[in-house]
Order: sequence, then structure tokens, then C-alpha cells
Amino acid sequence: MIPRQPATIGRPELALFLARFRTLVQYRAAAAAGFVTQLFWGVIRLAILAAFIDGAPAASPMTPSAIIAYVWLSQACFAMLPWNLDPEILALVRSGNVAGELVRPLGLYRQWFCRCLAARTAPPLLRGIPLLAIAWTAGDLPLPAGVATAAAWLAALAGAALLCATFATLMNVCLLFTLSGDGINGLMAAVVTLGSGLILPLPFLPDGWQRVLEILPFRGMVDAPFRLYGGDLPLTALGSILAHQAAWILILGAAGWWLCRAAERRMTVQGG
Amino acid sequence: MTCAIRAEELRKTFRVRETASGLGGTLRSLLRPRYREVHALAGVSFALEPGEMVGFIGPNGAGKSTTIKILSGILVPDGGTCTVGGLVPWERRVEHVARLGVVFGQRTQLWWDLPVTESFDLLADIYRLDRARAARRRQELVGRLDLGPLLDVPVRQLSLGQRMRCELAAALLHEPGLLFLDEPTIGLDAPAKLAIREFLRSLNREQGVTVILTTHDLDDVEALCRRLVVIHHGRLLFDGDLDGLRARVTSERRLTVDLDGDLDPARLPGVTVVAREGRRLVLAFDPATVSAPELIARLAALAPVRDLTVEAPPIEEIVAGFYRGLDP
Repeated sequence: MIPRQPATIGRPELALFLARFRTLVQYRAAAAAGFVTQLFWGVIRLAILAAFIDGAPAASPMTPSAIIAYVWLSQACFAMLPWNLDPEILALVRSGNVAGELVRPLGLYRQWFCRCLAARTAPPLLRGIPLLAIAWTAGDLPLPAGVATAAAWLAALAGAALLCATFATLMNVCLLFTLSGDGINGLMAAVVTLGSGLILPLPFLPDGWQRVLEILPFRGMVDAPFRLYGGDLPLTALGSILAHQAAWILILGAAGWWLCRAAERRMTVQGG
Repeated sequence: MTCAIRAEELRKTFRVRETASGLGGTLRSLLRPRYREVHALAGVSFALEPGEMVGFIGPNGAGKSTTIKILSGILVPDGGTCTVGGLVPWERRVEHVARLGVVFGQRTQLWWDLPVTESFDLLADIYRLDRARAARRRQELVGRLDLGPLLDVPVRQLSLGQRMRCELAAALLHEPGLLFLDEPTIGLDAPAKLAIREFLRSLNREQGVTVILTTHDLDDVEALCRRLVVIHHGRLLFDGDLDGLRARVTSERRLTVDLDGDLDPARLPGVTVVAREGRRLVLAFDPATVSAPELIARLAALAPVRDLTVEAPPIEEIVAGFYRGLDP
């Protein structure tokens, strides 16, 4: 047996992440389709919100420029949201090829987290950057108010990516119990898009809802980073946003890791 | 590295959900699911010494793959104990699989969308292999399995035979002392099977790798394994060499003879006709009642013989006979 190198911590994880990332970046047709869809829905969402506010501009909880920033940024980052399962993991579980992952000297949760992190970062980068470029030049998307705002936004965005990946990993681990992805996909598409503010920016929701959504993890995925960008949240909120994200990353990560271990113990790899 | 395997009284029961047919049956089982227990393993014990090459055979659903999965640490048995090189596979899975190579013939462990060479790089990272040593090992495997032309091809574009050679290399990159092969030659054409057998034989002989393989292709077993384990209905029914299995089923021998004239086999006592095609006759006889030289002498006295061979019945028939003898 070749002696293993203990010094290179994270080497397997990084390799798995990069392999999946590279594969996802190859899917140009999906990126182009996603780009067009996101652009289209961005225009529609802005039109709806504009009509909504025009009725009573003074009653709007957000300024028009903050709304524009919110909509375009959330459209650009749509693919980052964990609203669906990783089709590859679904195939692995349904076909039993997950056996191949189990014979590798790396915990299943870690392997899947690397996959999910790649799946939640590669597509939004590929689609989001051109979308933002268009929104900046032609879509009235304001640039961040200053370097500090931009840095705070990027920090919250990185937290959001990790949070989304952790949440996505937990969803995919649930697949080990349900085997079918229909229920998870259906439920999460509704909960995540609404709770994160993708359907309607959270400040527009009733106060009671907002108090609940303040606590739930979804706010850290879209709402908080993008309100930071548009100036709707002050820079001083960054600390609490990052703390909220970190707390949920720990909770969801621990839950996913524990469920994954439980599943590994009772797993049945059928056939063949 | 020693990788002795000890398995004692391994048991595994699966609960299979039973659904009655039709819409009514589906609705009923939605309200009150009914389960049937399937005893995949009902107490299997065996021991393997380092450097052995053992073939597991048995009909579909016999429990072969379940055994391999338990030994790989993928499945947790319901009862019994098992150690591989001193570790209980499912308790220390990550540590255990680091010294183990596994190939599932019906599944792929390579990255479907990546070229073969990137899959190998990735595995070197996952196993945290020393880069220089991994490169040497890879060179060696590429040479022996003739993978040179395949390295830049994405895995999804490989033929089954090409993919299987790559899977073998992938399972061996980290120089495991132990190799589990679950139906490694399934679906392969004859040259591909021969190439894989030849490779496995040299791997076992030259590097002392312990190999367990499950197969339905009894030629695999005949070509590779001195030792044979038969599993049926979750029980281990035979553990020994091929000759031992033959002796358990039949002592029968076959005489195939090409004649230059006609012959009435009724004039040969102690012989049954297995097949007759034109002037070729296949006769079965028991060496205990009539010895081969005796039979040949009698035959030659009755009709002019052009050619003849004596052999044991093919292994398929032996095993089929063995399974038949087991089912009540």
C-alpha cells in the first residue's frame, strides 16, 4: 500500500470540488438557457414590483434602487439557491452507484458537501457574471455605494454560498431515506424561494412572517447579502448576518452529518 | 501487508415491501405496508489467508454480492462477526477501504464526464497518495492493462471492455493488498475476458494481492481460482477446490469419439449416450465401473476410431448439478 500523506489536509476535498466544478462549467447550453430565463424573470419581477409600488410609493418598505439591486442580484444568484437536488446524487442513490462513493476513504458527507458546494457555485458564476454585466450596463443596477459595501456584500455572499451548500447537502442526505426526490424537490422549491426572498423581497412580507423568517436560515441566502448591497441594510449589520449564516451552517451541517452517518448504517445497496 | 479475512456466522436480512397488484393493492399497501423478510445471508463463515484467490459462485440472489458488500464495509450485517486484516469493516470503514480495491462489474467508480486520466488524478488525491509513487504505479498499470490510448477519453465514451480495464486500474492505484471483484467479466467479450483474467492472475502471483471474485462465468473460476466457495440461499454450501466439487456431484467422465463406421452403443456396458452428431458420439461413463483404457479398447474393437478425447464434464454442468441437488 502506498503510504498516505497526512500533511495535505483538504487535498481530497479540494480535488473533488474542483472536479465537479470543472464538469459543471462545461455545461454551456444549460448556462445559456439559465441566463436567458433569469434575465426574462428579472424583467418580469421588476415590472411587477414597479406596478406594486406605483400605487403607494410612500408605503414601500424599500427604495426603488434597493429593489433593483435586490432583484438583479437574486436573479444572478438564482442557481446558488438550494431549491433542487443534485441530479447526479439522485442518480447515484437510485442506481446504487453510491456504493462507489462508500468504498473511498472519505466520509460520504464530505464527498457530497464538496459536490454540493461546486453545484451551488459553478452555475451561478457562469450565468451570474454575464447577467450582472448586462444589469450594470443596461438594467439600472447601481454599483455598490463604496469599497466597504462591496466587500461586505462579497463576504455575505461567500457566507450565503456556504450556507446554500450546507443546506443542499442536507437535502441530498435526506434522499438516502426517501430514495425518491419528488417530495423534497417540490417542498423545497416552495419553501426556499419564498423564505429566501426570491419570490418577493422579505421586507414586503407581513411583519409576523418577517419575524419568523428573520430566524430561519433562508434569509442568509438571498435577502441579507443583497439588501446589504443596495444599502437597505447598514454595513453594521454585516456582523449579525455572518453570525446568523455561521450558526445555521453549523446546525445544518451537524444535522446532515449525523443523518448521513445514520443512513450509512442502515443503507441497503440493492441489486447486482 | 497481511489482509487475512475471518467471517463468522454473517447474517443479513432485508425487508422487502410487498405490494399487491393493481390500484387497489397499491392503495392497501399505502395504508398498511406489508413486508416480507429475505434472508440474504443466513450464517456464512469462512476464512481467507493473505495471497489467496477465491471465487464466490452461486445463483442470482444467493448472497454473493451481499457478502462482498459486508466485507467492503458498505453493508452492516444483522449478526455475526467479521474482521479484515484485524479491522471490522463497517466500524472503521474509511480506514478499511483505504487499503482495499473494489470493482463492481455493473457499476462505475470513475467520473463519467471526465477523461480517464483525470479520474486517476482525482483518485490519487482522494487516497492522498505520494505523487511520485502514484505516478510510477499508474505508469505500470497503464502499461499492463494497455490503457495508453484511453487516457484522454471521457469515461462515458469507453466501451464496456475498455471501461472495465480502467476500473481495474482505478481500484489498484493505491496498491491495495486486497481486491474485491463483483462480477468483473460480466458482459465482456472473449478477448476482454482473457485480458482481464491474465492480468488478475499475474497480480495475484507477482504482487501477492488477495483476490475475492464473484462471478457467474465459471470459466473465470476455472482459470483463476484454486479455491471455490458456493453460496446458495444465504448459506455456504461448499468451500474447496474444483476437483472436490466435481467429486461431490459426480465422478462421471466424458468420452468424445469420432468414428469411421457405425456403432451400436448398447454393445458397450456401463455407458450412456450424452450426444450424437453424425459420426461423433459423446459417451458418459463412471470410471469406477469401467476404466477409460478398458472402454477405449472395447470401442476400438467394435468400430474404427478416428479420434477421441476423455474429459470431465464441463464446470457449468457440475455446478448446475450441484444446485439441483440442493433444492428440495
